[in-house]
Amino acid sequence: MTMQFNDETFRGDYTFRNSAAAIRRFPFPFDRDGYMYSVNIEQHPGGPAGSPFEFAFDVDEHYVAEMKDREITLADDPMRCQSLPHMELAGWDLLELIMVSKARDYPELFKLNRDGNAWHWINRPLGIDKTFTFLDPTTLPCGPMEYITRQAQGDFALLHEREGNLWLDAGMVTSQADWSLDFDVGMNFFEWHAPVPKARKMGVFDKALKFLLAVTQEQSYRRLNWTMTVNPRLDTSPENYHKWGPEKRSITPANVGAKQFLRVELQTFWRLPRSNALAFPIRCYLCNLEDIATQPKWGRRLHRVLRDIDPDLAEYKGFAVNHEVIVDYLAQFDDGAETSPGIFPD
Amino acid sequence: MSKLALKVTEIEALSPLVKRFRFEDPAGAPLPVFSGGAHITVEMPDGDTIRRNSYSLISDPHDGSGYEIAVRREDRGRGGSRYMHTRVNEGDAITVSSPANLFQLDLRARKHVLIAGGIGITPFLSQLRQLGIAQKPYELHYAARSRDEAAGLRLLPDAAHIHVHISDEGARMDLGAILDGQPLGTHVYTCGPEGLISAVADQAARLGWPKTAVHSEAFTAPPPGEPFEVVVKSSGRTVQVKADQSLLEALEAAQVEIDYSCRGGACGRCRTHVIACDGRILHNDHWLSEAERAEQKTIMPCMSRFKGARLELDL
Amino acid sequence: MPNTKFSPSIDSRPTYAGLVSQGAAPGIMVADAAGADALVDLASADSSVMDRAHVLLVGAAADTVSRIEALHPKALHGAPDLEAATPLVKRLLSAARMGTTLYLAGSEGLMGHVAALATAEGLPLEAIQMEHRGTVARRMQCVHCKGITEDVTTDPFTCSHCGLTLFVRDHFSRRLGAFQGVCVDAETPGVVPDAQEIRA
Ligand code: FES
Repeated sequence: MTMQFNDETFRGDYTFRNSAAAIRRFPFPFDRDGYMYSVNIEQHPGGPAGSPFEFAFDVDEHYVAEMKDREITLADDPMRCQSLPHMELAGWDLLELIMVSKARDYPELFKLNRDGNAWHWINRPLGIDKTFTFLDPTTLPCGPMEYITRQAQGDFALLHEREGNLWLDAGMVTSQADWSLDFDVGMNFFEWHAPVPKARKMGVFDKALKFLLAVTQEQSYRRLNWTMTVNPRLDTSPENYHKWGPEKRSITPANVGAKQFLRVELQTFWRLPRSNALAFPIRCYLCNLEDIATQPKWGRRLHRVLRDIDPDLAEYKGFAVNHEVIVDYLAQFDDGAETSPGIFPD
Repeated sequence: MSKLALKVTEIEALSPLVKRFRFEDPAGAPLPVFSGGAHITVEMPDGDTIRRNSYSLISDPHDGSGYEIAVRREDRGRGGSRYMHTRVNEGDAITVSSPANLFQLDLRARKHVLIAGGIGITPFLSQLRQLGIAQKPYELHYAARSRDEAAGLRLLPDAAHIHVHISDEGARMDLGAILDGQPLGTHVYTCGPEGLISAVADQAARLGWPKTAVHSEAFTAPPPGEPFEVVVKSSGRTVQVKADQSLLEALEAAQVEIDYSCRGGACGRCRTHVIACDGRILHNDHWLSEAERAEQKTIMPCMSRFKGARLELDL
Repeated sequence: MPNTKFSPSIDSRPTYAGLVSQGAAPGIMVADAAGADALVDLASADSSVMDRAHVLLVGAAADTVSRIEALHPKALHGAPDLEAATPLVKRLLSAARMGTTLYLAGSEGLMGHVAALATAEGLPLEAIQMEHRGTVARRMQCVHCKGITEDVTTDPFTCSHCGLTLFVRDHFSRRLGAFQGVCVDAETPGVVPDAQEIRA
């Protein structure tokens, strides 16, 4: 089966849409009718065929459009991609991981031929056919991390391990939930997460750091995180907050179903072999309330989760101003019936 | 923990006490590459127990065609190195872990100073190759008692920034001279006997080096000792630890689930809570702080032993 | 006035433990007019700290310079402002050896800026000592236009480059040596809270 890629936008006229198949495979993040902050970590890759968990780096119908959106963001603000000098080797590690995985998992879309360090990479959806020398940056048009993450959906952080901590020393970040790579690059794990309310007190990041330090090169992991975004906008950066901020206040009972999106991050964790750095890809999936409600289980459950959520959390996730309209809208899909356990639709 | 089933393809005596082993995939498949300073854990089945020792990889980290380690025969140890020296032959099957790294280079450093004592040269052999590929400035100082003891000599390139100090030949290593006047951003790494590690740390502190620029790896195999017993809380069972067995090995032999990585008291993975301790824990690890040792509420089973009436573990 | 006590904040907000002499080991000292007092206090606790110290005073008046001169540092330099001081700081750092301590005293802007230069030159964080003296004004980076506004004393404030009204976060970037300013009326343009004085 060859994949069809949508011609769509994530800004301006916002023509982004999910096909029926994309809706069914949406990584709905709630496995029960309530939300509690938890670390909810699973091994990755691995999951039902066709799900976004099946392969190391999921490629879906939004691939080409997302890469175009990244190009627009980078043209406007090249600092969204940064790598401190000592992170180049980690960049090559990441390039290898992504190329090898994609060529293995999507042979009809990607091809990689390696003869020692002479590599030949074909990316059919983006029309790229490139020969280069592995570990020789002069043979690529840009650094290895930038080169490969211009061809991979989601944001990427590369963390350098030292002094018992992890340092955010490189990244490609164009679809972030409100943090600035340019500002945070070079920070350690606690500094980088410092603005997250309460979490330090709850010891969440101590545990998370411990877990991440123990990730080995033989086993990688994933977790889901979520937030809410008005309009299918990838670039919800602080840099452009003054440009997209007003849209947040444009939600009405009439448009909430179409304009309010559940934004899910599929976060994965990989120990890279040559650099011993950690790769932290953060893949973003968007689905509006209307489309979520096409799966009766999800409509019911999302209503219950958001109705009962801690107001502080709604504030932190940035949808407190629209909370009431969202819950009122979702109420129509909740007939009180029981929901089955797990995240997948019935 | 995922394992690699490999074949022993080469064994070479580097010195009277040290042998080099090479392992490859039996079908010639490439092995995972690694970073300078990484180690693997080698399984040594011996009767009804499996001994596991960790060894630094000494081969090229970017070369997945095989893994190489160097093993020094320790006749007073638990028998792991003796097993490698006497029972392992070319052509044998051997099971090892994937590489993990607890002694990585700080790639930000402006310059790397590597200091090895005796068999402590091993992690530097892969690091040298990594530094060479990255063309980073470094100097290596390798101290050994005699040329016979300096097994690493055969594996070291002949280069101006590699200095060998043989004490029998009167060439003792002068740590003060090595560390004084290094440029800002230099990092120092030491691997070897405890005494060398603390001598470098002391000298660096005297010269005002920040601790974060001083790294070390004391890779010791678990010491043997007197037999003892532990009680496992979940099952209430008593597990016997033999004289030549580590506590971790005894627990594994009794099918008790327990996590590990380095098996050398350096990574913290095997850290276990003590529920009851009537006696004295013999802490041999490099992980717990002095205060934690004194409390006797935690133990690192990969290295530490016990002497006394009763020890119960939260497992 | 001793080292300023700041109210507790998030992990990314720097704290300043105060200067402690490392004796006659090599030192680089950078201070503004208010910070010079901290150097005087440091030297009065242990005069040998000046034996191998290069002192750089930024924007200090003549009487301050002569007070430091009286402490007999190995060398004393002056610069009218941070920008003018930068090349000299870089020069001193590039010639420095392991075991050098960097002593910083004065405003958060000065300490943040020089600490950023020093870590970029390879100086480990532990080798940097800081003592806050004088103004609690902040050096702010506008997250939108990336421009730096020096000496910010109110929250919110106006970005001196793009003109947006920014609120003052405690989130601090060591690499930039600056706090983060974010548009305060992004969602509701024109609705701006009253400016408050920034406090310690
Ligand atoms: S296994 Fe590493 S400390 Fe015990």
